[in-house]
Amino acid sequence: MTNATEIVKLTAAEMGEKVRNGELSSRELVQAHLDVIEAAEPTIKAFLKVSSDEALEQADAFDKLSADEKAAMPELAGVPIAVKDMIVTKGIETTAASKILEGWVPPYDSTVVERLKAAGMPILGKTNLDEFAMGSSTEHSAFQNTANPWNTGCVPGGSGGGSAAAVAAFEAPLALGTDTGGSIRQPGAFTGTVGVKPTYGGVSRYGAIAMASSLDQIGPATRSVLDSALLYEIIGGHDLRDSTSIPAGPRPAAAAAREGARRDLKGMKVGLIREISGTGDAFEPEVTAHFNACVKMLEDMGAEVIEVSVPRIDYSLGAYYIVMPSEASSNLARYDGMRYGLRVMPPAGVPQTAANMMSATREAGFGDEVKRRIILGTYALSAGYYDAWYGSAQKVRTLIIDDFNKAFEQADVLVCPTAPTTAFEFGSKIDDPMAMYVNDIATIPANLAGLPAMSIPSGVASNGLPTGFQFVAPQQKDEVMYKAAAALEAALEDSWNGPVWQKMNTPWLDGLGA
Amino acid sequence: MAMPTFTREEITHLGELSRIALTETEIVRMQGELNTIADSINKVQQVATADVQPTANPVPLEAYLRPDEAEKPLTQEEALSGAPVKEDGMFVAPRILGEE
Repeated sequence: MTNATEIVKLTAAEMGEKVRNGELSSRELVQAHLDVIEAAEPTIKAFLKVSSDEALEQADAFDKLSADEKAAMPELAGVPIAVKDMIVTKGIETTAASKILEGWVPPYDSTVVERLKAAGMPILGKTNLDEFAMGSSTEHSAFQNTANPWNTGCVPGGSGGGSAAAVAAFEAPLALGTDTGGSIRQPGAFTGTVGVKPTYGGVSRYGAIAMASSLDQIGPATRSVLDSALLYEIIGGHDLRDSTSIPAGPRPAAAAAREGARRDLKGMKVGLIREISGTGDAFEPEVTAHFNACVKMLEDMGAEVIEVSVPRIDYSLGAYYIVMPSEASSNLARYDGMRYGLRVMPPAGVPQTAANMMSATREAGFGDEVKRRIILGTYALSAGYYDAWYGSAQKVRTLIIDDFNKAFEQADVLVCPTAPTTAFEFGSKIDDPMAMYVNDIATIPANLAGLPAMSIPSGVASNGLPTGFQFVAPQQKDEVMYKAAAALEAALEDSWNGPVWQKMNTPWLDGLGA
Repeated sequence: MAMPTFTREEITHLGELSRIALTETEIVRMQGELNTIADSINKVQQVATADVQPTANPVPLEAYLRPDEAEKPLTQEEALSGAPVKEDGMFVAPRILGEE
């Protein structure tokens, strides 16, 4: 198998299998993806940095291992991956898509990257995002806009638009993202890919650039549910370097996904979240129609479908836009021009002090959305407003967690559309922060409650853009959503005669191969 | 508590607190945007009654200690590798005090 186009269209699990049985080397896999990256990047712009040399070196090191050594490694050993530029990589520039970190080469690896390397997975490069993961379209990147592979006039979602677009465009079989309010799942919905936010604390955040520490979680972006499960099991599990890391191994996601693929959901109770189940003006009719068709499929596979209520979910957006900027304002205080990153001295005539240098550096280095959130968060944490805002938002988290607990007494897994719309056009929401924020209405609640959640493609709307279906499971029961999602994925692919990406035009793949 | 409205003086002050030398244009634009955002998030106060306990970490864990074993830290060279200005193995910072 030497045709790059054929190779890159395999699932990551299939690639891993071909590496194991000697049909493909890791170097061939890396080279095929580098070829696609070269052809696709002028249009897609998913990558901020392509680490070709490092990836090929890693592949060669893996290919030299003995058969016994390879056999002891995870199923995805030898399969390359892209990493969101919010996650630090030793020796490879890491910027968070911000001018304040431009040129920074981290002296250490994040825990997840250490685990990828130990699993023999070459790193293809660093993907684009909204600056410091603040946004829902990737338009807030300080460096470039990433195009949606389904329609290059539309955004790929955000903040992890680069990871989602890279996976959708076959530039990478797998990618890592970070999800604070939907930054893995909403881009998944917009690009027809799978995006997973594990239980909070399920994957170590050591080396993930901090945005809102009580909400941030690293997770997989892939083209299949099983690929996400296999990747999650590699990066998940306890890490002493993250005090919020759950002291247990990863959940049995891959076994659950394989069980789900048998399409038998008898005994599973699926709860439709009444408040965000696709009704109301915010949801495009086709998003709702695809959602309803998927619910019917779950029912046909034996699941019992009921309606549940999460009554205080209406307060999530408010709570999120207090907690997130508050924590971000504190986390981003470290970018002060002293130890790493940008330093800008104050203009002539202004005293050349440390404090003035910090103000000049942060003014020059941060973009509009980052400044907006730092100012809002500084306000929410300031004397006199702390109780009314931050304190209230923390109480709302308790209420939302209570509501979810009650819902999970009735159902094993909850469902709703991932995003109320399909991907929107560049520029359509960039000047209206609230319009951008409400796009995350269905993804934010899982972050507030620390719940695992994932988005899978639910169809393609008449505008040619994909829609997303979201599963939400109880804390530390990630496997439940993998099982249900794999079942739905199998049923949908059966109805489409193949994966959703068969409906996507890929002009950048023309002329590649043979 | 009623919704506090962002004044331009407050935004200037917040810019100073958060060490961002905001421009005049940014202050004016941010005032409008923040008031719109504040309107829509202020309703959290409606349900946050005194009897509700706050949640800081959605997955509460018992604190535990790491084994007290020395690990290999970054070398001085690695720690300084990203420094904007360095000299003799140290970070160089602008002076802390003003003109006086």
